[in-house]
Amino acid sequence: MKNRSTFVLSMLVFGYAFLYVPIVILIIYSFNDSRLVTVWSHFSARWYGELFKNAQIGEALWLSLRVAAASATVSVILGTSAAFAMRRMRTLFSRGAFEAMVTTPLILPEVLTGLSLLLLFVFLGETLGWPGQRGALTITLAHITFGMAYATVVIRARLSQLDPALEEAAADLGATPWRTFRRVTLPLLLPAIFAAWLLAFTLSLDDVVIASFVTGPGATTLPLVIFSSVRLGVSPQINALATLLVLFAACTILTATLILRREEMQAKNMK
Amino acid sequence: MSGRPGHSCSGVFVAGVPLVWLLLFVLLPLLIVFAISLAETRTGSPPYTPLFTWEAGFLPRIHVQARNYALLLSDRLYIDAFLSSLRIAATSSFIALLIAYPMAYAIARARESVRTPLLMLVILPFWTSFLIRVYAWTGILNSNGFINNVLLDFGLIKAPLPLLHTEFAVHLGIVYSYLPFMVLPIFAVLEKLDWTYLEAAADLGARPLKAFLRVTLPLSLPGIFAGVLLVFIPALGEFIVPELLGGPDTLMVGRVLWTEFFSNRDWPLASALAIGLLVLVLVPAIVFFRLMRKEEAA
Repeated sequence: MKNRSTFVLSMLVFGYAFLYVPIVILIIYSFNDSRLVTVWSHFSARWYGELFKNAQIGEALWLSLRVAAASATVSVILGTSAAFAMRRMRTLFSRGAFEAMVTTPLILPEVLTGLSLLLLFVFLGETLGWPGQRGALTITLAHITFGMAYATVVIRARLSQLDPALEEAAADLGATPWRTFRRVTLPLLLPAIFAAWLLAFTLSLDDVVIASFVTGPGATTLPLVIFSSVRLGVSPQINALATLLVLFAACTILTATLILRREEMQAKNMK
Repeated sequence: MSGRPGHSCSGVFVAGVPLVWLLLFVLLPLLIVFAISLAETRTGSPPYTPLFTWEAGFLPRIHVQARNYALLLSDRLYIDAFLSSLRIAATSSFIALLIAYPMAYAIARARESVRTPLLMLVILPFWTSFLIRVYAWTGILNSNGFINNVLLDFGLIKAPLPLLHTEFAVHLGIVYSYLPFMVLPIFAVLEKLDWTYLEAAADLGARPLKAFLRVTLPLSLPGIFAGVLLVFIPALGEFIVPELLGGPDTLMVGRVLWTEFFSNRDWPLASALAIGLLVLVLVPAIVFFRLMRKEEAA
């Protein structure tokens, strides 16, 4: 009995070490002064300084943030309506077909999603003359497509947990469907919508494969810059950038979790 | 409950917009990929032959050929790419299972106050950039990277080990990247497990190992299947991991497709590879959704 719990405990420690040691090493080496990334000379924040002077990375970051914010916003709007639509579908066939299409982007390999969307944009460009040039717009459209799929899953899970009596009560009290949605359903869904937005935003900010296919001249997102630099080997500036991105993501997620948890606690207390 | 009168106008809008989006950006692109996989490559823009041409008369002339598919089934390079994708995805899922199961088990048996932070720590890496997490390994596995430096300093090895750009590194990268997908479903099953079964098994004289093999493991099978599929499916079409950590001889479909498309500019062949990959992914995906539906029904 004792042996078994030691085994399980050491596997637990090993698992977490496996998950976190690479990131910790990356962070430590980002403060290494040497240009030879893996040879430790002494502590310095030199690469952070050079990173902030790097105009190309600054521009790419700005583009990525805009694309991520726009695509996450459209994703949750489409995801919310898709979740509602699925709840309302009555026949098994229509719901099944819709569900299959919503979940397809979740299982498609990124290379396939990227290739298929690029071919779509080429096809549309030739037959309709739109989009004339690929760039930020086509990347945003591509990101909405997979962001929407994730958003639908997250929002739908929450929607199916809602007590239908609340909406029925509002309807019985004479609220129009739109008013019921705005005053009752939407507030109850907000935590899920917020989580879905964050998920779509993160996925967009992280995407390199799909963006590589659908981008055009002049539209270089941050992951594209990182990827083209990383393919050539380890770079100290990328280490510094990676450290900042990882810390930013960790802080955002921790804050978001705490906020959502507090909301949930408050909701429970109100009951 | 479902007898509420449908708010037809807003209803059409609510269902219509996402539906149109899905038809335009999911279904249509896949149909185009299939259509172009039947075309021939040519130099020009776009770099493939048209499928229809309008000549004198009413009917269009159709130009389709299955040569790309014949090539996929006969050329050793493509066959090997598909086979090694399957092999790497399978072994990586198995290794991930071996690491994830004890983790999920320990989290499920932990006190409730520690359980949430432990779970949070499993999910957190998923939110940080995939690209950066894979990149982190290049600095560790390099010939002058962290592992080799440590081993050389301690005199355990004479010359740096070739770790980066190997199939070993690809396995490592996939296991590392998708480990959370394995831990979570197994945890979800173990958390709901009725541990009194184990006590009953112990009371009936079963040793802990036997009780685990005969009670816990069979009851956690749905979580294991879900986790394995959640690692196996994305691993099949993986591109970033083999590109950054694999050697030039590490063939995976995603990478071959990329090369055909970007380096060789053979769009029809890349499309045929994409259709092959789709078929490959569809089988485990359908199994996965069947499994989920069964779970929901239970």
